[in-house]
Amino acid sequence: MTIHGLLYIALLFALVLGAAFPLGRYMAAIFEGRIVWLRQVEMCFYRLAGIDAGRQMGWQSYAIALLLLSVIHFGMLYAILRLQYYLPFNPLHIAGMSPRLAFNTAASFTTNTNWQAYVPEQQISNGAQMLGLCVHMFLSAAAGIAAAAAVMRAFTGSGLKTLGNFYTDLTRITLYLLIPGALIAATLLVMAGAPQTFAQAVQLHTLQSGAQPLAIGPVAFQEAIKEFGTNGGGFFNANSAHPFENPNAWTNLLENWLLLVIGFALPIAFGHMVKDKPQGRTLMAAMAIILVLGCVGAYAAEAAGNPQQIAAGVQASGNWEGKEIRFGIPASTTFNVSATGTSTGAVDSFTDSYTPLGGAVPLFLMQLGEVTPGGVGSGFYTIIVFALLSVFVAGLMVGRTPEYLGKKVQAKEIKLAMLGVLILTFFILVGAGFSLVTPSGIASLANGGPHGLSEMLYGWTSATENNGSAFAGLSADTPLLDYGLGAAMLFGRFAFMVPVLAIAGSLAAKPKLAESAGTFPTTGTLFTFLLIGVIIILGGLQFMPADTLGPIAEHFLLYAGKSF
Amino acid sequence: MIFRELRPAFSLVVLFTLLIGLILPGIFTGAMQAVLPWQANGSLVRQDGQVIGSALIGQNFVGVQYFIPRPSALSPAPYTQATSGASNLAPTSRALLASVQQRVTAYVQAYGPGPVPADAVTASGSGLDPDISLENALRQAPAVAKARHLPAGTVIALVQAMAHHAFLGMIGTDHVNVLKLNLALDQRPVS
Repeated sequence: MTIHGLLYIALLFALVLGAAFPLGRYMAAIFEGRIVWLRQVEMCFYRLAGIDAGRQMGWQSYAIALLLLSVIHFGMLYAILRLQYYLPFNPLHIAGMSPRLAFNTAASFTTNTNWQAYVPEQQISNGAQMLGLCVHMFLSAAAGIAAAAAVMRAFTGSGLKTLGNFYTDLTRITLYLLIPGALIAATLLVMAGAPQTFAQAVQLHTLQSGAQPLAIGPVAFQEAIKEFGTNGGGFFNANSAHPFENPNAWTNLLENWLLLVIGFALPIAFGHMVKDKPQGRTLMAAMAIILVLGCVGAYAAEAAGNPQQIAAGVQASGNWEGKEIRFGIPASTTFNVSATGTSTGAVDSFTDSYTPLGGAVPLFLMQLGEVTPGGVGSGFYTIIVFALLSVFVAGLMVGRTPEYLGKKVQAKEIKLAMLGVLILTFFILVGAGFSLVTPSGIASLANGGPHGLSEMLYGWTSATENNGSAFAGLSADTPLLDYGLGAAMLFGRFAFMVPVLAIAGSLAAKPKLAESAGTFPTTGTLFTFLLIGVIIILGGLQFMPADTLGPIAEHFLLYAGKSF
Repeated sequence: MIFRELRPAFSLVVLFTLLIGLILPGIFTGAMQAVLPWQANGSLVRQDGQVIGSALIGQNFVGVQYFIPRPSALSPAPYTQATSGASNLAPTSRALLASVQQRVTAYVQAYGPGPVPADAVTASGSGLDPDISLENALRQAPAVAKARHLPAGTVIALVQAMAHHAFLGMIGTDHVNVLKLNLALDQRPVS
């Protein structure tokens, strides 16, 4: 580790947190319908779609609208992937996807996961990238943020029967936040060298390797929303390690900033919505503390390098396998940790080749439930679940009635919250465990020893938590993993989101009590660290046995000179 | 209840697909092709009327008369430009350790005894890494100079002149683009 590497992490967080305050304020204004600079387009959309912008939805209607839109969009992507051969913008005549891979990919992009079981250069046409994947990157992000906005509204008043209008939320978030942000970022990326063309290959006459095609396409626009909407689905197989997706250290910093900024702005937006800014800052602080610790930890592990390679005569300058020279070690590890602390899952270096502890950090951040700051929207509503559990735990300890922002937290909410946390854990551990006792699952592993367990555990964690990053050696295009992980993604997204909306509906209807001497404060240092403790104990502890057998065992074997 | 939501949900999917999937990329691609055509088309490098590569994408070089890029895990050949990807070998992988040992031996054989920079013996993330570390380039320079019958100082000066440096020691690394370096080398007469 060098002081420059630590300064890079400090610089990144200063830029992200500094921008999160004005952006959070702007987002609150979007949620409250006060941003109108594209009113003409917005109204045109409502008219064509038959949307009554004044309609207010209860939590059930909100959830149904969200689910229905997701189902329709899922079906559309499935059809596009199957039929891409017949669709426009397919200069290489790429064939349609197999049913199981199309199912997996459609589930992946509908749930904002962007798990990639396919090789983009060979299995996706430009047309399917633009009309299918890229549109999902906007709408699945907007749907997540909309659900977060609905949850925020539950705390804004007493006896509320409704949580807002899903359609106007989705439209406004896309028009006023995601599209402008993506266009600005995409322009910067093209300036740095990310291509933006409808061609899919350029014929090269390389100096020593003869004539060969170079893969290219409309990269920059998709790359921008890939990070800004915490999606992570790469235009190329190498994702953000590919020089066309991420040409230099500056674009790497930009992309890292993009994938963090909305996640950190959401708690600030919450503070504005509930007219109690310290509440938002407290949630933001808990998210940031865990993520910064993760960034420093992974950086330390990768900077230490691989002892077996050092013994073989390699200079000790860090673990460079799977990393790109232009970014360097600290920026590479910080990118991957940020992309797993959010549900982005983009990579600018390959986690499968990280040192065991360096790879354990992204794995553990996903296992915590994607709250640091998590996926756009989903990270926010998940940390609200943890905040409710925290006031409940604190209430048990000090004998006070648990309340969060004046809303009494009762048995019903706590049961739903715990159900959400346990359901995800169950899917991850049972899924990974089951896969590892089937011949098909074993055959998918690329590496032996404890690392094989880590690969499978990472895959199921990534899918269930809707992250999408991978220990990419895992051969994921098999019937078991295409269908299994596809189901895990759908389950992890919607079987968690719907109970959260139910909690929000239940809390919204309750009276908002005034703060009294008996209220446990949910701002300040004490609550921040209580929340961090609850996230780590309730979110992470149940994975310790599995993680001990995977990355932690591998760490000791690595230093004992064992290889597999 | 569900039927009431069908029209708005379906219409929004269609409208946004048209806007985000067709109209915006159409306008954006047109604008970028007009304003930044070189970057938008892949930063292509031409020589004698032929496209020989992209300034951003690494390509393979073998032999001491050229600077050698990093190992690439791509198949069927290293630096296959139509694909991208990493080795994905674990830190405890026996195959990885064997490759690294083999590369260390070959490197010392080619460039003489001395430190072996880590980037010279490990595969990159993309398999298309266009750069090598400055350290690696300087280590290769004397052998390249010898093969081209140039004074070592000339080649070292060329490497130094083409090097990129980390901004404030923080953003990026000290490195050299291998394709550009080799092209510059080719433009110098062999003495």
